[in-house]
Amino acid sequence: MTKVNVYVTLRESVVDPQGIAAQEALQTLGFNEVESVRIGRLIELELAGTDNEIEARVKEMCEKLLVNKVIEDYSFEIGEVAGK
Amino acid sequence: MRFAILSFPGSSCDVDMYHALVDIVGVGAEIISHQEADLNNFDAVVIPTGASYGDYLRPGALAQSSKSIDSLKAFAATGKPVLGVGNGFQILVEAGILPGAFLRNKGLKFRSGNAKLAVQNSTSTFTSIYEQGQHITLPFAHEYGNYYVDADTAEQLKEQNRIAFTYEDGNPDGSVERIAGVLNEEGNVLGMMSLPERAVEEIIGGTEGLPLFRSILKNWSEKNVNHA
Repeated sequence: MTKVNVYVTLRESVVDPQGIAAQEALQTLGFNEVESVRIGRLIELELAGTDNEIEARVKEMCEKLLVNKVIEDYSFEIGEVAGK
Repeated sequence: MRFAILSFPGSSCDVDMYHALVDIVGVGAEIISHQEADLNNFDAVVIPTGASYGDYLRPGALAQSSKSIDSLKAFAATGKPVLGVGNGFQILVEAGILPGAFLRNKGLKFRSGNAKLAVQNSTSTFTSIYEQGQHITLPFAHEYGNYYVDADTAEQLKEQNRIAFTYEDGNPDGSVERIAGVLNEEGNVLGMMSLPERAVEEIIGGTEGLPLFRSILKNWSEKNVNHA
């Protein structure tokens, strides 16, 4: 069994109102060095297959369902499931 | 004329839509489960609002896994009218039947109330009874009502006269080009975040959604009813 982390982020051209609100809150708390906050999502998958198969299948999953390419970009990391 | 009201798990305004269509507009309608997926015997399909699949992942996204989406695409390809309101619009966008995507409202809050819209295209199947430029007030209720398309697509939508409605209320949710309703290229699919089925009787606060349904009926009748 292999673990895959899929990182989904808003495209740079898309305004992220959540990120702006979080940035303002951080500045209010004194973290004035923060110049930008962008909030995305992490999707954790566990699945079987060789790394090559997984690479192709996860890409397909992202393009078909997990990511909306109009507003989002993605990347993923293939790793081992610890302890199995 | 018979409408299919396509209901997904979590669709919650299918009965409101049925009431508007059957009791007020006077057409035939049936609420059908997305699992039945047979749309062949219907003249139009409406996707009601609600929170299909709990709005998980992205609103409207998980509906793509339903077999009915293939039937819906085939139905839309025949040129018959398809209307998606609220979450129904989000489903049409996620399925790629309409362009664009939805972001969270600019103010990050769920908002509901009445939106003032302007009719930008009064020649479509859905809007022909409205006057060009007419202002109408329709209820809405959404957290992901911030419609997004990139600048090139927005320009294309304008050129092809596919922006059916725009917001005339300050556009608080932040939709690109104030877009409140969008048509597909062929003009037989309309998505809008406002809810015309909630504006069909004076007792519920207005009737300015009624001409939308009457336009669909009128245009269908002109094509399909023999006046010999």
